[in-house]
Amino acid sequence: MTPIVRFIRESKFIRETGITLLSVALAFGVGCIILWAAGYSIPAVFANLWKGAFGGKIAVGNTLTKATPIILTSLSFLLAFRCGLFNIGAEGQMYVGAIATAAVGVYLRLPNILHAVVALAAGGLAGALWGWIPGFLRAKRGVNEFVTTMMLSFVAIGLTDYLVAPRGPLHDSEAYANQTYAVLQSARFARILRPTQLSWAIIVAAIAVFVVWYFLFRTASGYELRSVGQSPTAAEYGGIRVKRKMILALSLAGLLAGMAGAGEILGTHFRFVDGFSPGYGWDGIAGGLIARAHPVGTLFSAVLIGALRSGALQVQRSGAAPGDIATVLQGLVIFFVIAPTIVRTVLRSFPSAGHRIRRRFLPRKEVGSEDDVDVEAVNDR
Amino acid sequence: MSTHAIEMRGIVKRFPGVLANDAIDFTLEHGEIHGLLGENGAGKTVLMSVLYGLYYPDEGEIIINGTPHRHYRPARAIGLGIGMVHQHFMLVPRLTVAENIMLGQEPTKSGVLLDREAAIRKIEAFSEQYGLPIDARARVEQLPVGEQQRVEIIKALYRGADTLILDEPTAVLTEQEAENLGEALAKLRAEGKSTVLITHKLREAIDMCDRVTVLRKGNVIGTVDAKESSERELAEMMVGRDVVFTVHRSEVEGEPEPVMTVSGVSACDDRGLQALNEIDLELRRHEVLGIAGVQGNGQTELAEVLTGLRPTTGGRILLDDENLAGKGARAFIDAGIAHIPSDRHLRGLVMNFSLRENAILGRHRERRFAPNPFWQKQGAMTRFTQEIIDAFGVKTPSTATLVTNLSGGNQQRLIIGREVTKNPCVIIAAQPTRGLDVGGIEYVREQLLKMRDQGAAVLLISMDLDEILMVSDRIAVIYDGRIVATRDPDAVDRRELGELMLSGTLSEVRRTEAKT
Repeated sequence: MTPIVRFIRESKFIRETGITLLSVALAFGVGCIILWAAGYSIPAVFANLWKGAFGGKIAVGNTLTKATPIILTSLSFLLAFRCGLFNIGAEGQMYVGAIATAAVGVYLRLPNILHAVVALAAGGLAGALWGWIPGFLRAKRGVNEFVTTMMLSFVAIGLTDYLVAPRGPLHDSEAYANQTYAVLQSARFARILRPTQLSWAIIVAAIAVFVVWYFLFRTASGYELRSVGQSPTAAEYGGIRVKRKMILALSLAGLLAGMAGAGEILGTHFRFVDGFSPGYGWDGIAGGLIARAHPVGTLFSAVLIGALRSGALQVQRSGAAPGDIATVLQGLVIFFVIAPTIVRTVLRSFPSAGHRIRRRFLPRKEVGSEDDVDVEAVNDR
Repeated sequence: MSTHAIEMRGIVKRFPGVLANDAIDFTLEHGEIHGLLGENGAGKTVLMSVLYGLYYPDEGEIIINGTPHRHYRPARAIGLGIGMVHQHFMLVPRLTVAENIMLGQEPTKSGVLLDREAAIRKIEAFSEQYGLPIDARARVEQLPVGEQQRVEIIKALYRGADTLILDEPTAVLTEQEAENLGEALAKLRAEGKSTVLITHKLREAIDMCDRVTVLRKGNVIGTVDAKESSERELAEMMVGRDVVFTVHRSEVEGEPEPVMTVSGVSACDDRGLQALNEIDLELRRHEVLGIAGVQGNGQTELAEVLTGLRPTTGGRILLDDENLAGKGARAFIDAGIAHIPSDRHLRGLVMNFSLRENAILGRHRERRFAPNPFWQKQGAMTRFTQEIIDAFGVKTPSTATLVTNLSGGNQQRLIIGREVTKNPCVIIAAQPTRGLDVGGIEYVREQLLKMRDQGAAVLLISMDLDEILMVSDRIAVIYDGRIVATRDPDAVDRRELGELMLSGTLSEVRRTEAKT
């Protein structure tokens, strides 16, 4: 077996990427069937989807603008996921982070850049606090974080709405809308690709991708966190304080989601507006899963979701189909990504085919080069 | 026409990189107990998995009761009267025994309502008939392993199995439980059922089976009549070389001074019931202290308490005058206590981590691997893993391989390498040879004795009395959460130990015998 063949066959990276691409392809395939069944023109829908997502500078700018917060909320989801926890509450953590950032951006006076950094940090910390609460409850009281993170999201959305509503403490008294005053120039992120709203926030998100990767795979703390996610009992055996790690994981998840909110305020809207997020927090769950819980994967999954979102607007405008088709596609992608077992089951239903494939691609080798390789096969069941 | 219960002809099964079964012929008669003997990785489990429909054979045919079958699934195998009890049980811990057994074949009242009582009656009838006592209403998670195994066997019978496949059933059992199992299998045989017993224990193959087929590296070496065979003959067939059955225990130089003193330690089990009752133990340098006992008498809890994994409800654990009782696992690790846990999959390893990630589990905070919390030295990790692989003979393609892909023996070597190289002052070894083949067992025992020679205090908890007798310098018997006796292994009567393990005391007769 040549090294290249071996690399391709054994590389986890290629296998994972392959499965993901296959899932995306399957999702689009099934999407086509739905479009056809509903009587829409498939070429027209996809042409407009592409045009809206990548057709020109503005389209690309819009896609990346939407991808920016999704990168961070995807990281938020996967960080908790790596510790065996479900952070369903990135949306709320984002709102809390956003309002904290807006408050700092509007009311604090600091020099350029420093102001932006402090505002960003404030957003991250507020989000971290919002993540710490379910983490603490989970660790100390065993309360299911799935429920608490989600419920706290609605608390956060309601709370921030109150703060910016008329007679709320942060309300912009000159506006009818529920919003804060605009953040000061000194706190704003520079725009990168005018006239789109793409800003330095995407750089922040990209740095976060690297930092999360480094943390998870190159630090002892990240190692402990992943151990807890893979096997809490073995982690405990290894002297890892499991409960503390759970609190840490959800706090950090909150921090990342809070930064997503901060980025939206400092780079996109320049003020907190009630309902500013079209669901970027929820998109993070999809983004994290499509990325197969790998930080670097979020760059691609977030762009995919961002592209679907901005493409959907164009589809809607063109009248080729309702924009909701993008949501359908997104749902299908997730469905196929989190269900690779379905693909495996399908393959297994045709044992003779699978048999032939295996025979062709897995040539016979000497006995004893490895013992008991069947363990994996048994686990697969 | 008399047909064989099972006939497998020319079974070939390949896995990537391994030829697990190389044209194997295997015949099982009606009403026989057939031992399938071989080292780990010899292909025993694979062959039986093929029979049970878990794998499709690449070549060969399977004839069940005279009818050939190809490419079937476990559901079909069950329909054909084949039942398999896996080494790692396939039970739902949260459900009761009855619920587990009827799972998939629930009896109903008026077509929709679950009829638990009917299931329980049926289960109790089986339990009675085959001498497999079981509480059908108990939750599986609360049962000791031996009883969980009975649940698996009854489950197979409940589904109408005529042929039972047991994958290393005694690996988790005490001597007494293994004997009970043997009796139950004999009863099944009397009812005309056939059993395949996968094992790598020679004694067991001879005692429990009618015929024994020996596999080595995917080939059949031969089938012999158990009664006319000997351990030596089987061992030679199995490994192709003479096996040393005793480990060499050298006389130690050093004085066995106490290192760890356990006094009055009590603890509860997972159900909150008292599992340890004022345990007193003294672990000494240059000494292996063996804990003998029937499973479920507090051994698991003892190992966990002495490694900080289970809170104590009283007593002190003194190590160099520092009381560790009430502290967490981290404090025990930092104090230099190594732990070889009884459950590799649950405790000792993170199965989906690579070798190099597992090699530092519990040691990941050491300076050499992590100078500060934000820096993990990848190169040092890899080099260290390679050192363990070389020094402890772990067979693996690379340091990046996931440990779930290693055999049990290699997993255990990795754990031992990791724990031993800590240079610990105390080693808590809980069932360290469980599920290993002959070569692996020998190796682990040698390592424990080596650590003792180097001055460590070793606590060996084992259900295997032979192992305890072979390796220990002192033996303590645990019964019902108490240490009931301490003995010298060279001057002890096996039957006396057995009685202590089973009843906690010596009978009047024996006591007077001992006095005179």
